[in-house]
Amino acid sequence: MQIDHKEIAESAQYKSEVKKLSFHYGTFNALKNIDMVLHDKKITALIGPSGCGKSTFLRCFNRMHDLYPGNRYDGEIILHPDDVNILASNVDPIEVRMRISMVFQKPNPFPKSIYENVAYGLRVRGIKQRAILDEKVEVALRNSALWDEVKDRLHELAFNLSGGQQQRLCIARALATDPEILLFDEPTSALDPIATASIEELITDLKTKVTILIVTHNMQQAARVSDYTAYMYLGELIEFNVTDTIFIKPKNKQTEDYITGRFG
Amino acid sequence: MAEESQNKLVYAGKLGYSFRRHLHERFIETFLFLSAILSIAIMLAIIAMLLKESIVFFRQVSIWDFLTDTQWTPLFDDAHYGILPLISGTLVSSLIALLVALPMGTIIAIYLSEFAPFTVREIAKPFLELLGGVPTVVYGYFALLFVTPLLQIIFPELPGFNLLSAGLVMGIMIIPYVSSMTEDAMRAVPMNLREGSYAMGATRFQTAIRVVMPAAFSGIAAAYILGISRAVGETMVVAIAAGMQPNLTWNPMEPAATITAYIVQVSLGDLPHGSIGYQTIFAAGLTLLLITLVFNIIGHLLRKRYREIY
Repeated sequence: MQIDHKEIAESAQYKSEVKKLSFHYGTFNALKNIDMVLHDKKITALIGPSGCGKSTFLRCFNRMHDLYPGNRYDGEIILHPDDVNILASNVDPIEVRMRISMVFQKPNPFPKSIYENVAYGLRVRGIKQRAILDEKVEVALRNSALWDEVKDRLHELAFNLSGGQQQRLCIARALATDPEILLFDEPTSALDPIATASIEELITDLKTKVTILIVTHNMQQAARVSDYTAYMYLGELIEFNVTDTIFIKPKNKQTEDYITGRFG
Repeated sequence: MAEESQNKLVYAGKLGYSFRRHLHERFIETFLFLSAILSIAIMLAIIAMLLKESIVFFRQVSIWDFLTDTQWTPLFDDAHYGILPLISGTLVSSLIALLVALPMGTIIAIYLSEFAPFTVREIAKPFLELLGGVPTVVYGYFALLFVTPLLQIIFPELPGFNLLSAGLVMGIMIIPYVSSMTEDAMRAVPMNLREGSYAMGATRFQTAIRVVMPAAFSGIAAAYILGISRAVGETMVVAIAAGMQPNLTWNPMEPAATITAYIVQVSLGDLPHGSIGYQTIFAAGLTLLLITLVFNIIGHLLRKRYREIY
């Protein structure tokens, strides 16, 4: 698919460019020749039916596939301003994950206190000074709108929080290390509608600080929170454009069928 | 007509009380209940027997002497009944064994669960478990005839029977129990917890130590407690390699007897039934049971305190 640069070029600031990306799980070709961009400090949503490869695509950005044997990337994901291909074999996936954070489908707090959950990323980077940890933890919890609820019980186990609070804690954990890109893999699919609304509000607020890529099953969610939307089907990027255009005037018939609920 | 028969339900019983099914269910329930009760009943019977025979023993020997006398010579003319030498032998040999088994077992578990490629794990695990299937008498002679001479190269004054060699070999013997249970506990930690840690830029080792092990804590505690119980209750290795002389010492370079080694020694002799020497077996057995009970209670409390909640 060709990117319509004219229409989406008003902010030429790309945080990342995806070039001819293909991905294989063993012999299964899960992503086919994807070209796309992430606009700096914008929210990009990935939509499409189950199994279309949107989570696989998301997990390329922090090299999660490196954890399992038999996976292969082809093509490039260029991270700006370094202009480095983060998929290159000489790039350490741990370095990538230190700059590109991720929030998962199901809240997955660690069996530690609320404080230690948020401080985790800093601790694995070797930061020990109490003052720095205290400050970063507080800022991250404030940015994830959780501070007021937990400030009096920072040293309690994180499992005592509700599902929505746990997911905001996971967002705080991801924010504490000041990532440049934040990846969300269906962050609200395990939450009730009220918790979902608060997470969506949070994501919208966060785009002033960080570039966001979000996978969602929920088309209304994509329409509500994102600036750009990509529609994927069977490992291919079918259409990528400004969210309003995708939802109001999609260029591709397949996209239109999916959006209007005729398919998928 | 054909259409009608196709639409008919495959099973359509009458709606009502089925006596046969009810009876069947009750029968299964009762059978399961009896199986559960049987193991508890056997346990209670063992405790009752130990208590009954021990009471006979304690009629002749005061509990004070039993706990404070520093000699255990029930078969000599000058009989002393102090359990301390047996307890010291048990604790020293167990401690050495645990110093080998717990760290080694944990390291192996971390490797197999977090680092080893699939094929390595599939090959290594059965071999480790084979190590646990070797008869303990083989380990005993391994300690006496191989490890002790090896140690004597480093410590020339080491006697042929000693706690050090018995403890070390006992530790090797316990490694598979600890590593296997610890690995199972670690592998039961859900993948999304690990991915959460990796996504924060943690290494494999940081993930294993900081996230997987705390999450698997209750299972790891259970593995350690099992290891301790095995060490305290182990008989053949110490009976063969540590010498069977009750000796109040904390020095692993000396020969000594453990509670279990004493019991096996006396049981094999031809002591008259009902003699005081015969009764000592039960007092020693009761002591052993109490020691392992204490460890099991500690383990239970730890498990309750740190239950997996992910």
